[in-house]
Amino acid sequence: MVEDERESPDTGAVAAESPSDPRFGRFGGRYVPETLIAALDELDEAYRVGRADPEFRAELEALLEDYVGRPTPLFRARRLEAEVGGGPIYLKREDLNHTGAHKINNTIGQTLLARRMGKRRIIAETGAGQHGVATATACALFDLECVVYMGAEDVDRQALNVFRMELLGAKVIPVESGTRTLKDATNEAIRDWVTNVESTHYIIGSVVGPAPFPRMVRDFQSVIGREAREQILRIEGRLPAAVLACVGGGSNAMGAFHAFVEDDGVRLVGVEAAGEGLDSGRHSASLSAGTPGVLHGSLSYLLQDEDGQVAPAHSVSAGLDYPGVGPELSFLRDEGRVVYAAVTDEEALAAFHRLAELEGIIPALETAHALAHLLGEGRSEAQEGPVIVCLSGRGDKDVAHVARVEGRGLPEAPA
Amino acid sequence: MSESSSVTPSSSPTRAPERGKSIADAFRARSAEGRAALIPYVCAGYPTRDVSLEMLHAAAEAGADILELGIPFSDPLADGPTIQRATFKALEQGMSVRGALDILREFRSRRDTPVVLFTYLNPALHFGLDAFVAAAREAGAQGVLLTDLPAGADRSLEDSVRSGGLDLIRLLAPTTSPDRVAEVARGASGFLYYISRTGVTGAQAEVREDLAREVRAIRERAALPVAVGFGISTPEQAALVADAADGVVVGSALVEAMGRGGVEEGQRFLRSLREGMDAPRE
Repeated sequence: MVEDERESPDTGAVAAESPSDPRFGRFGGRYVPETLIAALDELDEAYRVGRADPEFRAELEALLEDYVGRPTPLFRARRLEAEVGGGPIYLKREDLNHTGAHKINNTIGQTLLARRMGKRRIIAETGAGQHGVATATACALFDLECVVYMGAEDVDRQALNVFRMELLGAKVIPVESGTRTLKDATNEAIRDWVTNVESTHYIIGSVVGPAPFPRMVRDFQSVIGREAREQILRIEGRLPAAVLACVGGGSNAMGAFHAFVEDDGVRLVGVEAAGEGLDSGRHSASLSAGTPGVLHGSLSYLLQDEDGQVAPAHSVSAGLDYPGVGPELSFLRDEGRVVYAAVTDEEALAAFHRLAELEGIIPALETAHALAHLLGEGRSEAQEGPVIVCLSGRGDKDVAHVARVEGRGLPEAPA
Repeated sequence: MSESSSVTPSSSPTRAPERGKSIADAFRARSAEGRAALIPYVCAGYPTRDVSLEMLHAAAEAGADILELGIPFSDPLADGPTIQRATFKALEQGMSVRGALDILREFRSRRDTPVVLFTYLNPALHFGLDAFVAAAREAGAQGVLLTDLPAGADRSLEDSVRSGGLDLIRLLAPTTSPDRVAEVARGASGFLYYISRTGVTGAQAEVREDLAREVRAIRERAALPVAVGFGISTPEQAALVADAADGVVVGSALVEAMGRGGVEEGQRFLRSLREGMDAPRE
């Protein structure tokens, strides 16, 4: 099931959307070099046909179940509840997916589309490496060539994931230009796509980029919220008071939120990376502190300077270290439907430890931001009723990095 | 950069600025001679502000008919490594939209060679697109090329450029479908910039035929002059393109020549292209 086709009589801009609409309100669009227009049209068509094709949907569903391990559990975190003090807290365990994060929901879907389009070569960008690993995994499964662009700084921070990608048969290309992080890896992937567009499909890892990527990636990720909604209705007999997710580009957030967007009583909270503090200028909080601009093919909130140059982002977590954010999240922010918060590196690191100690779950540093909000300023979220936190990924990949950040000696990560 | 000279002229803001020659006239003049236009790209602020200004003059002296002045953007995702490096160097030294317009204004005070501002959407959008177009025109630009604003992506932004009195230069790619060529041409003016990715090493005769065929296919659907750019770096390649198209765009190779030997080397390189393009054919 690619898309929840709920017939909803109550409006909401989301209900009326057409799958090929390039925009969310004024955000989104297709601001790309001419060379890519034909490929985006082709992808749009393949997706439109695919999502309506029962065979495609059945194949995707079967893979999500047998290969990815869906549905993922909705786990009640009672010790975390006691610490936060408030209504039941549930963790949507995307960390239990094959490869350890939500990213694979999207890469399996897009790989199936690439196969339908007859593309034998796959490229991807990656920040923390989770999307790269998920892409390399899908490519191994379908016997496709895989090239992953990764910022050189992230190659250092996430050495374990680099090794994993290589084990899976992918070629990892470190990107030395610009800020040497996810933004520049994305630039490089787009350049590759411009050059090799006829043979290659670009699997964008988040709800960013030119249309149809933001909507398509959201649809593939929306299985998170759809499952969680069913699960909480079954367990609690009511909808949650709030759904929390970390936001870098925003794929786990849109995936978790989408099924709840029309449930007016459910607060949707996106937690961004405040890095060293929103006032420090070293953060990645584009919804909290950015202004609308165009990067990587769409109009969205963006960190930029007074000349319209994209400002370098910072976060302790490579996956949130991105100066942009998905256009739909920008739209939902302006509509007031998604509220947003930001937590610092320090708070995220504390939450990383806290969840490990309280629940025996080591979360990804990205995910730790959502938990940090709940353990800090967002404690009140849990006072109104059940809360769901999208536990977007596991933290194994971060262990060596955290040890280094905290000045602890650990054996070198494999590289 | 000299932020002091702002985009609004301090002396006589109501007086129409000295306009350069139009892009159409530049093509007409060359085509009357049976020759193709030479269109070099210069990155504003590379390797320094003053050298990039000098290079514009030197390019015009070397026989350039139209100049592309690049306004650097932090994320030049349509550019290869050479122009990326030039861009980053220019930004490091403080080049900005206003700084680039200042360079153009100084150039225009001495010369009428038409100039196309070549940049990405975000710097222009952040400036305010209408304000950017007005400032560009006031500084003496004839056209603008926004690499990430393809035809149909945003009609209101495209209208802003056109209603501001600048030619809207658009890109065509080998992947552009025949139907779309007509659509791209409809909203464009000045010329069409065809980014042929056909390699030029090896069998030149074959390339010549392919390119001629591709340009013919564009001309069947578009009345505008067609300029071609694809990593042209030798007089032979320039001649080959000049035979097939109305204009020859040269970017990275000029930036590299400037990197090797500054304005002098850049100018020598452009003269060699000009000679290659103008040499009598067998």
